[in-house]
Amino acid sequence: MAKEMDSCVKPAGGPLVAKPAPAEGVSPPKEEVKMAMARVGKEAPDFEATACVPGEGFKNIKLSSYRGQWVLLCFYPGDFTFV
Amino acid sequence: MEVLAMSTDSRFSHKIWNEVELSKMVEGGIPFPMLSDQGGRIGTVYGVYEEAAGVNIRGRFIIDPDGVIQAMEVLTPSVGRHVGETIRQLKAFQHVRATGEATPSGWQPGKPTLKPGPDLVGRVWEVWKPEMAD
Repeated sequence: MAKEMDSCVKPAGGPLVAKPAPAEGVSPPKEEVKMAMARVGKEAPDFEATACVPGEGFKNIKLSSYRGQWVLLCFYPGDFTFV
Repeated sequence: MEVLAMSTDSRFSHKIWNEVELSKMVEGGIPFPMLSDQGGRIGTVYGVYEEAAGVNIRGRFIIDPDGVIQAMEVLTPSVGRHVGETIRQLKAFQHVRATGEATPSGWQPGKPTLKPGPDLVGRVWEVWKPEMAD
């Protein structure tokens, strides 16, 4: 099998809600899907994101695949910024 | 414990930043995944997406092995975090999870813990003093 190539645009699931995806060709319903906000003591909202994994290249990463481990999730304003 | 870093930058930007700059601060560059949240959809759900600037501000979440958020801290951009405090909290949460005890203010591994129950009510002063928080 050919090695999977990266491309300029790579979709990732973003925030994941427990809701089946709409069938192909059917436009999604207009109403916004209410997503639970992050709160202490509650389950962390699951997501999938593209990532740069040192030593492994580019991969999509899903938060829920880390069940069984402690996770430190850190947001920061941007690469090449000062603080 | 796994660290996941996330910003609104692309994975390409993450790669080059790690290679050209972070590797000069940390030998070999940082070892953990750097995730991309272009559009800020994930940051929005975590309450850290700053729409006017289009970036995620400094938010830090400790998530336990069941996927439950045990701690969160959010700072505006100009103040950096304190790694030591994050590690202290992580050790405290791990201790609490393992023992069912509670850790008082400023607790560090090896320091006394609290065993909540009827006998401790009104008597915390006997087992814990403010100077123990340092």
